[in-house]
Amino acid sequence: MQIKLTVNGTARSDEVEPRLLLVHYLREVCGLRAANVGCDTTSCGACTVLLDGESVKSCTVLAVQANGRSVTTAEGLVAEDGTMSAVQQAFRENHGLQCGFCTPGMVMAATSLLAENPDPTEQQVREGLEGNFCRCTGYHNIVRSVLAAAGKLSRAESAGASPEVSA
Amino acid sequence: MIPATFDYEVADSAAHALSLLAEHGEDAKLLAGGHSLLPMMKVRLAQPAVLVDIARVGELSGIRSEGNQLVIGATTRHADVAGSDLVRAEVPLLAYAAGQVGDPQIRHRGTIGGSLAHADPSADLPMTLLALGGSVEITGPAGVRTVAADDFFVGPFETALSPDELLSAVRVPRGGDVPWGYQKFVRRANDWAIVGVAAYDGRVALANMGGTPLRALAVEEALRGGASAAEAAAHAADGTSPGYDFHADTDYRKHLARVLTKRALQGETG
Repeated sequence: MQIKLTVNGTARSDEVEPRLLLVHYLREVCGLRAANVGCDTTSCGACTVLLDGESVKSCTVLAVQANGRSVTTAEGLVAEDGTMSAVQQAFRENHGLQCGFCTPGMVMAATSLLAENPDPTEQQVREGLEGNFCRCTGYHNIVRSVLAAAGKLSRAESAGASPEVSA
Repeated sequence: MIPATFDYEVADSAAHALSLLAEHGEDAKLLAGGHSLLPMMKVRLAQPAVLVDIARVGELSGIRSEGNQLVIGATTRHADVAGSDLVRAEVPLLAYAAGQVGDPQIRHRGTIGGSLAHADPSADLPMTLLALGGSVEITGPAGVRTVAADDFFVGPFETALSPDELLSAVRVPRGGDVPWGYQKFVRRANDWAIVGVAAYDGRVALANMGGTPLRALAVEEALRGGASAAEAAAHAADGTSPGYDFHADTDYRKHLARVLTKRALQGETG
């Protein structure tokens, strides 16, 4: 089936099998490798991308379901001049990653969370990321990163000078 | 994991979807958000020859008041039910339950009709519809029929829907001031309930205490007789035959049902 959609701001048209999953379309047809296939069972969130601005697990969306719609991956958050988005920058500054496998999904889930709730509490951040697993268990700095992106941490806190965000 | 091959059809109206179902028979399945069906197709538990995509049918989506009921289109997503000011004001139990389904990404895709039609006995919305005393509207070749939640869930993952029919809408009673409670016991974030309880105005429904979501009829009878929440909740597992797995054996599930029912009847959420 021929699908037409926008991927990271660029219009595309591709012939795809109906059973092709969106994550495989992005990785193998578009060559965008940020979204990872982790659990492949709608659990871990490593494949999270934005569909019309909202977070979805691209292992559980068919590419044909994205026909006529807009998809954003972590690559698409970076400006043309290489400037990272506020969420990406906050993950970098707060060391919101360890091995990095879950990171693109975390960043996309956080981007969607902050679009829906620009001023979240720490509890809302934790609940808002419940669909994303970090098997390094690095949640502490991930939550800090999202709060920093929301402007909820002072500069000193954001730089890690403390006080600690409660676990 | 890759689904088996299938043909993909996009319905542009409910009538079109019905004609595609009639054309392809039992080999066809309806696709809305796909968050129950696609995982089953990926592990080849489901191998429909044709998927009929109803996600773009406008008449199947949306939330409106009609008399003393709210009518929610089948393809309305969990996020839209949970975030609806109308649902939060008029049927707060349903808004809360929709917000407990899966996780944010799942709620951005999964639909109320899909969850009910999938009829997982451990899921949030089937027991919620039972507790609310709601109903589903089913559109088929002979027209529209309304089936009460009590008659809709007939077995594990089995409903009163025929292969040539479409669950088109969900009806729930309006009642913003009615006391309610909701309990979902899980071991992991974004998981299904090991046991769940929804309570609404003296009606109590249980998730994962049998092959279908169940009314806790003995609890309701005790409440009608004037029993306290604690006294009534002691009957929560009466007549149930829950399964067992590595999370919980049968006795533990019955214990959970009693404890969680007491909390739900006290108006607690969690």
